[in-house]
Amino acid sequence: MQIHKYDTVIVGAGGAGMRAALEASKNSRTAVLTKLYPTRSHTGAAQGGMCAALANVEEDNWEWHTFDTVKGGDYLTDQDAAEIMCKEAIDAVLDLEKMGLPFSRTPEGRIDQRRFGGHTRDHGKAAVRRSCYAADRTGHMILQTLFQNCVKQNVEFFNEFYVLDLLLVDDEDGNKTTSGVVAYELASGEVHVFQAKAVIFATGGFGKVFKTTSNAHTLTGDGMGIAWRRGLPLEDMEFYQFHPTGLAGLGILLTEGARGEGGILRNADGERFMERYAPTIKDLAPRDIVARSMVLEVLEGRGAGPNKDYVYLDLTHLPAEQIEEKLPDITEFARTYLGVEPTTELVPVYPTAHYAMGGIPTNVEAEVLSDNETVVPGLYAAGEVACVSVHGSNRLGTNSLLDINVFGRRAGIAAAKYAATADFVELPENPAADVVALLERLRDSDGTERVAAIRAEMQETMDANAGVYRTEETLKQAAADIKALQKRYANVSIQDKGKRFNTDLLEAVELGFLLDLAEVLVAGAQNRKESRGGHAREDYQARDDANYMKHTMAYREVDANGDVSIRLDWKPVVVTRYQPMERKY
Amino acid sequence: MTAVIEEAASGPAPAQKPARDHTPIVITLRIRRFLPDLVGPNGEPPVPFWQDFQVEADPTERILTAMLKVKGEQDGSLTFRRSCAHGICGSDAMRINGRNRLACKTLVKDLDVTKPITIEAIKGLEVEKDLVVDMDPFFQSFKDVMPFLITSGNEPTRERLQSPEDRERFDDTTKCILCACCTTSCPVFWTDGQYFGPAAIVNAHRFIFDSRDEGAEQRLEILNEKEGVWRCRTTFNCTDACPRGIEVTKAIQEVKRALIFRRV
Repeated sequence: MQIHKYDTVIVGAGGAGMRAALEASKNSRTAVLTKLYPTRSHTGAAQGGMCAALANVEEDNWEWHTFDTVKGGDYLTDQDAAEIMCKEAIDAVLDLEKMGLPFSRTPEGRIDQRRFGGHTRDHGKAAVRRSCYAADRTGHMILQTLFQNCVKQNVEFFNEFYVLDLLLVDDEDGNKTTSGVVAYELASGEVHVFQAKAVIFATGGFGKVFKTTSNAHTLTGDGMGIAWRRGLPLEDMEFYQFHPTGLAGLGILLTEGARGEGGILRNADGERFMERYAPTIKDLAPRDIVARSMVLEVLEGRGAGPNKDYVYLDLTHLPAEQIEEKLPDITEFARTYLGVEPTTELVPVYPTAHYAMGGIPTNVEAEVLSDNETVVPGLYAAGEVACVSVHGSNRLGTNSLLDINVFGRRAGIAAAKYAATADFVELPENPAADVVALLERLRDSDGTERVAAIRAEMQETMDANAGVYRTEETLKQAAADIKALQKRYANVSIQDKGKRFNTDLLEAVELGFLLDLAEVLVAGAQNRKESRGGHAREDYQARDDANYMKHTMAYREVDANGDVSIRLDWKPVVVTRYQPMERKY
Repeated sequence: MTAVIEEAASGPAPAQKPARDHTPIVITLRIRRFLPDLVGPNGEPPVPFWQDFQVEADPTERILTAMLKVKGEQDGSLTFRRSCAHGICGSDAMRINGRNRLACKTLVKDLDVTKPITIEAIKGLEVEKDLVVDMDPFFQSFKDVMPFLITSGNEPTRERLQSPEDRERFDDTTKCILCACCTTSCPVFWTDGQYFGPAAIVNAHRFIFDSRDEGAEQRLEILNEKEGVWRCRTTFNCTDACPRGIEVTKAIQEVKRALIFRRV
């Protein structure tokens, strides 16, 4: 076992991790541990853009952006955090441009902007051009630009290092303090301990709990799972976003920018059905509303295709040059994976599991909280793994690329500042013991269950029972299925017994995190008897502000027998200037 | 500025062509295996070998999906990198039927399934295990060309201006996902591991032809060296291999021309 010592350790090298690294490494000795090569991170799959009220093409301001973010989040958004994000958005975009990001340009040479779902002029009057973009590969360009700047700044990466544990030590008052992380090196099979004053989690989401998802295979919620097992709470996990336009049957993302450019959703009858659900901004309503509308169209028999189980994205009325110039990648996805020519044919689409609004609770300085207000000294989280909560119950399109840049930067600054004055906290005795025990149990098990089978069954039940629409009954089914799968997981075995590049072993570890997170998601969903944003209950269709305008806080409790249960609590929403209103578009 | 079609009326949907054939077929994946922990009984070093796997697949399925089925259902030790599974992260470059491709962008129906489909690690980088190669030399070449914006003077308060035409000048090379399909398809790279290789030159091109950048001279000097751009023999393997459709050879030619005429 090797022991390393750094002021700041960042876990994850997507947008949030690398943005944090650019700040932290300026002022503290920083290591970035990433389970992938940095440029493989899923930030690179983001397409449509990053909103900021630059007002380059029409009147706009950050207050309108804040309002849209709050309303888009169905009033579960913490308004102080949303205000910070939307205010700092402008510099976040300009910083990226100065770092070299090749944004698409206006004829005057400024950063071009386009429309996006839920982003409006003057509090909902009409769609506004706010999304700064680089064709339909904005995430790719952000990831490349941040990596390029990390190269320039000589940021130290540990590639293909899987962080599997967080080391927290109780201080004299019994409060948890950060002392480091434990990582598994894929190439060698060695376990490494990283002692650190500050740790930033930037590990992304957990879309692989679902079968139909836009998420990468690697999005297994490791960071959330680790925090959960170390007794930290998870916030708002029932709020999961389904992106309206996944390629039908595959889940591959087609950007909302396609609708920003003028694309239209149609049912089997050719009807532009969003006119009925959102008369003002139609196809550019927020994702929760569009996804629900699409599912209703299918449930009511107006779905297209041989099984009537999808709707169409229509781009055929747009000039072919505009599609080629603004949407080249998604056009190619439709051609490659569905054999459909978007310039002349309708593209079959259906909602795809896309983004976790919930995660590890943090404050606006990206400091992790161990309850509604207690900060865990030295521990930070940013990006999809975190819940600030700037997205409330439904994130607006483009606000994730914004979130990673604004709060990634804040986390990096805060961590380095903390590391400058804090002392190293002594490592616990046998710091790697739990990780070694976990790995040995999985490697040595002669159980009869297979990882792939359990994972597939978990994904099936989550799609069927905890998707866009949920009921008491379906959630009960999901909870029972997950419990049964967790029992079977205890009897899982792997075939690869080797030390080097043992991805078989790591998939088994990742499945454990996914099962834990699926359980928390379902528990939160059962407990929230209302419909709000990314959580839609068929049996409780209205939003219920009197009882539920508050964040869910889930805690992992272990009793004297070692039995684990979930305790659910609440946390108030921060309201500053916007009182909840009926959400109409 | 973005052109937006304001309203398109509801109406009958344009005709759909008949659905693609989804009848499952059985395919054979013939995979080049190398298990580094597989030491012989007398300490002999591990040796690579071919192994066939039969797997049921929908013709429209990705080769990556078929490989994941093999790993999940037949042999968990089969090792390859993968992440996004739709051609944007660049993890799963491999040699499929003798051509460098991403396993997630190669569909079963596009290959001859009457014969085994051969799958090998990309060439020219050391094989670590099965289809996993050591990517560090590849990323080192990338770093050596200074792949970041170089400017002088004070930063502007707003964005730097760039006309759409100037932005278009280097658009093609911004698409690179660093998958190494191009570099490891290059015969010069196979025989001379010191050659920067197409991917590094593509990323140099991305900055050399960016009107905001002031580091072209330095990068051109680097690429003028012995292992630089002059090693390219214009075989077009790289262009054929690029899963992003970048005209790699053209980009290399433009860098050569910039070196000859000393202007971009």
